[in-house]
Amino acid sequence: MSELMPVLLALTILIGGVAGAAILTWFERRLLGVWQDRYGPNRLGPLGIGQVLADMIKLLFKDDWVPPFADKVVFIFAPTAIVVAMMMGFAVVPFAPGMMIIDVNIGLLFFLGMTSLAVYSVLLGGLASNNKYALLGGLRSAAQMVSYEVFMGLSLMGVVMMSGSFSLVDIVEAQTDVWFCFSQILGLIVFVIAGIAESHRLPFDLPEAEHELTAGFHTEYGGMKFAMFMLGEYLGLMLISCMIVTLFFGGWHGPALIGHWLPPLFWFGFKVFIVICFFVLLRAAIPRPRYDQLMSLGWKVMLPITLINLVITGAVLLWMEGAA
Amino acid sequence: MLSELRTIWEVLKHTFTKAETVQYPEEMPYLSPRYRGRIVLTRDPDGEERCVACNLCAAVCPVDCIALQKDTREDGTWYPEFFRINFSRCIMCGMCEEACPTYAIQLTPDFEMCEYDRQNMVYEKENLLINGVGKYPDYNFYRVSGMQTATKDKGQAKNEAAPIDPKSLLP
Repeated sequence: MSELMPVLLALTILIGGVAGAAILTWFERRLLGVWQDRYGPNRLGPLGIGQVLADMIKLLFKDDWVPPFADKVVFIFAPTAIVVAMMMGFAVVPFAPGMMIIDVNIGLLFFLGMTSLAVYSVLLGGLASNNKYALLGGLRSAAQMVSYEVFMGLSLMGVVMMSGSFSLVDIVEAQTDVWFCFSQILGLIVFVIAGIAESHRLPFDLPEAEHELTAGFHTEYGGMKFAMFMLGEYLGLMLISCMIVTLFFGGWHGPALIGHWLPPLFWFGFKVFIVICFFVLLRAAIPRPRYDQLMSLGWKVMLPITLINLVITGAVLLWMEGAA
Repeated sequence: MLSELRTIWEVLKHTFTKAETVQYPEEMPYLSPRYRGRIVLTRDPDGEERCVACNLCAAVCPVDCIALQKDTREDGTWYPEFFRINFSRCIMCGMCEEACPTYAIQLTPDFEMCEYDRQNMVYEKENLLINGVGKYPDYNFYRVSGMQTATKDKGQAKNEAAPIDPKSLLP
C-alpha cells in the first residue's frame, strides 16, 4: 500500500493538474469579470462552467498545423517541455502530512530547477517558429527569466536559513508556530514578484505582450500545441501558488486558533486558492511595465532587497545563536 | 509603488459592485422612442403614403443607401414609384428623417434586422411602408401645403390665406 501511494498520488496530481488548469481558465475569466463589473463566460452550463468543455473541444478539433518555415522537431517539442517541467515541479509539493510524491532533501532546489527548465519551452518555441514576433518574445523571455531567476532563488535562502533545510517538509514543519510570511516579509514580496515573472503572467507577460508582439513566443502555435502552452502557464501559476503557501504561509498548517477544526489538506487548498485569486487580482489591476522598467526593477530594486533580507536574516540568526 | 497598491485596492472594492452588463437576448435594453433604428415609411391620417418623392433623403444620405423614383397620381399628387433602402449600407444616422419635409421617413427603436442572405437587407417600398402615422399623428402634407391638387385649389390649405391677385395692388 505504501509503495502504491506515491503512484496513485502522481496520477491524481496529473489528472487534477490538467483539470485544475482547465477550470482555472474559466475561473480566471469569471473573476476578472467580477472585478471589471461584467459577467465573463456565463452561458454554458451552471455559472458558465461548460465553457471549459467548449474550449477544450474547440482546441482538440483544430487543425494541428506546423508552419512550413518552422523547425519541425523543436516546434513540436517546445510546448511539451513546459508542461512536463511544471508537472515535475508538483512532485515535491507537500499537500498534507505524508501526502506528497517524494520528500527529497533538496526539494526546494528541485522546484527551482524545474521552473528554470520551463524557460526552454518558451525559448525554443520562439526560436523554432522562425517568426520575428516569436523570436522577440523568446528573447525577452530569456532575459526576463535569467534576471528574475537570480533573486527568486536568493529570496528563498532566508527561509532555508531559518528552517535549516532544503526539504519542503522540514520547511513546513518549521512554520508550526509562526509562518515565515512575518519574519521573511521581504523574501515573500520578492518571491511573489519573481514568481509572476517566472510563470510569465500579467503584469509580467512581456514574452507574450499581445499589444506589441501579437502573441509573442506562441504566435505561430494553434490547436493542441497552443493549449499545451496555456496548460503549462496555468500549471506554473498553480505551482508558484503552492510554493508560496508552502514556503511562506505555513503549508498545511491552519491559522493559530481555528487551525485544528479542518483537515490539513483543506487549509493547503484554501490558501492556494487565495493566492491564485491574488494573482488574478494583480492581472486585473496592474498594467504591464515597459521592458527596460522590468529589467531595472529586477536588478536595481529586487536584487538589493533580496541581499538586504539575506544579510538581516543571517545577522539575526547568528545573534540569536550567540544569545542562546 | 503606492499607486500600484492603491490600484489593487480600488479594483478589489469592485468585488461588491454590480455588473454593468445587460444580458441581451433575455433582458432587453431600454430603447427610447427617439432611438435611431430600422427606417420606416409612414402614412398620413387618411391612410395615404406621406412620401412625395422629393429625393431630399436620397440626396442627404451620406452612404447613398436610398434610391427612389418620382411618379404622379391622377389627382396631381406625387408619390414614389419605387422606394428602396439598402440596410447593409445604412448607418442609421437619421439625416433622412431630418431632411424629410413631409415626416414620411422615420427611424424606429428596432435594431434586430439580421439576415443570412445579404440580398434580404435591401428593403423595397412594401417592406418599408407601415399602416400608421409614426411620431406625428395629425400631419398631412397636402392639407397644409399650398400645392394645387385635384381636390384642393390654391389658398384652401390649412392656415393658408387666399391667393392675392397682384393686379389689385396696382395704384
